[in-house]
Amino acid sequence: MQKFNTLKSIPAYLPIVNIDTDMIIPKQFLKTIKRTGLGKNLFFEMRYDDQGKEISDFVLNQNPFNNSKILIAGKNFGCGSSREHAPWALLDFGITCVISSSFADIFYSNCFKNGILPIILEEEKIKELSEYANRKEEISIDLNQNKIIYGNNEINFQVDEFKKKCLLEGLDDIALSLEKSEKIENFEKDLKNKKPWIFND
Amino acid sequence: MPNTLYDKIWNDHLVDQQADGTALLFVDRHLVHEVTSPQAFEGLRNSNRKVRHPNLTLAVADHNVPTTDRSKGISDKESKIQVETLEANCKEFGIKLFGMNDKRQGIVHVTGPEQGFTQPGTVIVCGDSHTATHGAFGSLAFGIGTSEVEHVLATQTLVQKKAKNFRVNVNGKLPLGVTSKDVILQIIGKIGTAGGTGCVIEYAGDLIRSLSVEQRMTICNMTIEGGARAGLIAPDEKIFEYLKGRPMSPKGKDWDKALEYWKNLRTDENAKFDKEINLKADEILPMITWGTSPQDVITIDEKVPNPQNEKDEDRKNSLERSLNYMGLKPNMAAKDIKIDKVFIGSCTNGRIEDLREAAKILKDKKIASHVQAMVVPGSGLVKEQAEQEGLDKIFVNSGFEWREPGCSMCLAMNADKLKPQERCASTSNRNFEGRQGRGGRTHLVSPGMAAAAAISGNLDDVRKYQS
Repeated sequence: MQKFNTLKSIPAYLPIVNIDTDMIIPKQFLKTIKRTGLGKNLFFEMRYDDQGKEISDFVLNQNPFNNSKILIAGKNFGCGSSREHAPWALLDFGITCVISSSFADIFYSNCFKNGILPIILEEEKIKELSEYANRKEEISIDLNQNKIIYGNNEINFQVDEFKKKCLLEGLDDIALSLEKSEKIENFEKDLKNKKPWIFND
Repeated sequence: MPNTLYDKIWNDHLVDQQADGTALLFVDRHLVHEVTSPQAFEGLRNSNRKVRHPNLTLAVADHNVPTTDRSKGISDKESKIQVETLEANCKEFGIKLFGMNDKRQGIVHVTGPEQGFTQPGTVIVCGDSHTATHGAFGSLAFGIGTSEVEHVLATQTLVQKKAKNFRVNVNGKLPLGVTSKDVILQIIGKIGTAGGTGCVIEYAGDLIRSLSVEQRMTICNMTIEGGARAGLIAPDEKIFEYLKGRPMSPKGKDWDKALEYWKNLRTDENAKFDKEINLKADEILPMITWGTSPQDVITIDEKVPNPQNEKDEDRKNSLERSLNYMGLKPNMAAKDIKIDKVFIGSCTNGRIEDLREAAKILKDKKIASHVQAMVVPGSGLVKEQAEQEGLDKIFVNSGFEWREPGCSMCLAMNADKLKPQERCASTSNRNFEGRQGRGGRTHLVSPGMAAAAAISGNLDDVRKYQS
């Protein structure tokens, strides 16, 4: 997994609430058997018209937002389906940080598995940051210090310490869990005694 | 200290817990389908890892499969590759798979319970948000992403943090024509699509206990639409009766031992809930969704909302956006909404009782001439059962198409989809923009309400057709 440390970018602002994963990446693109190549279809329905032409009103079709690495969006971002294609599409487009006042649980945890930092802030702060999108000015994220730096201001954000460590070091979850193999084996032995029906054999 | 059912299942599956609360949870049952698994299997191969417990894993292709004649296979090239990739992966890693022409094939959340793979007190995961369905059996069941699918395949565990406890009590009796679909739509309307975020919901109360196993599944299924990853109901005699004798249910001495364990699975008296709400079943009416979020609910007797009445600017904008997408005018009566299509099926309402409920309304009636309607049974076994009961004939005689099982138009990954601006009364679970096809407009309803809409040609009150 790609490490996440610091990030500097003009943020793109999408002031829509309840952006669901169907909106982020519609179903016709879930037929892939790869993780890559989804960026061009990110927000497909809002981004292209019926003829497949870019809709110029849509923020990610506009310069400089087509190069934004930070997306600011309305509350309950990523609700709906568990499809990891949603963070894959964001990542492939180049977005590695999403800021919202709330995220749906599955999307939130999927982000961390892919080197994307989701940041939860109060609505008021979101409005403040969105001004930087409107003025096309850069903001910076420093994960190590849990800080967003904009102009002469700073906002602290909260992130789970373990998730933060994994992002900073680009750690592989599975390898970490496999270090606990002995504990898993012991659990399984105990389970076979206590609930023999679980193992189907 | 008194514990909730969720606390108990959680504690019973803890393999390890770090000081910060991050836990490693054992997974008893893992369901796999073709859409969210190929990248996980690829990851295993790249790291030279095996599936730790193939016999705790069950696979079925459901999202991409055609619902028309399957003898010629899948015509869509990409869908075909995805289904074939699942077959190849299951073979390589030794996982049991119900192929497209196996009569046990169906929507993963219909197949699991049907086979007895779903059991009380277990932790069940699947790369699909509607995994919450299995909570109806008193299991902790939730959807996961593909990276997590790979993690479970490799380790039979999952890294998790404990969620909050949220109890929804529904007491009383449902009025005639009102179903568990209306109950869950009402709950989502009340708490909102983010109302359950960070929580596991336990459904309780005498109404919930009076529901059949399948009706409970409908409620747990849509828990994710209220933002909670999992919803569960304490198991009881109805659940044990349902599971007895199923192909993958425990047998002999194991059954007795399991039953003894299952019977103790319930929330302790005085257990603490972080959140709690109460609903009166007697006050629930047949519901519809008018907008593009499952929280956009009104009763069939109500009118579509007017954004001008909203003080909150964000809410107002979101209402306007929804009305515009849905092609509806403010204050329009629900019953004046004309429909083009009807879809009966999905992991929410594609089981035998759902089909019976719709067939009861459609018996000896014809659907409106401008309406195209289809029934997609939740599994091959549901289809077979319905045919034995003659339900297929009732549907076909009324003008419905009788299809092969799969996810179908719930998410329109196969050929079944809405055209732009087409309007559908659907028994599925999501009315998001484009969910059932680009520009398509979805109204979520119960199976009986879908049948009533098909007959009337507009959204209508199922009670009108009840004898």
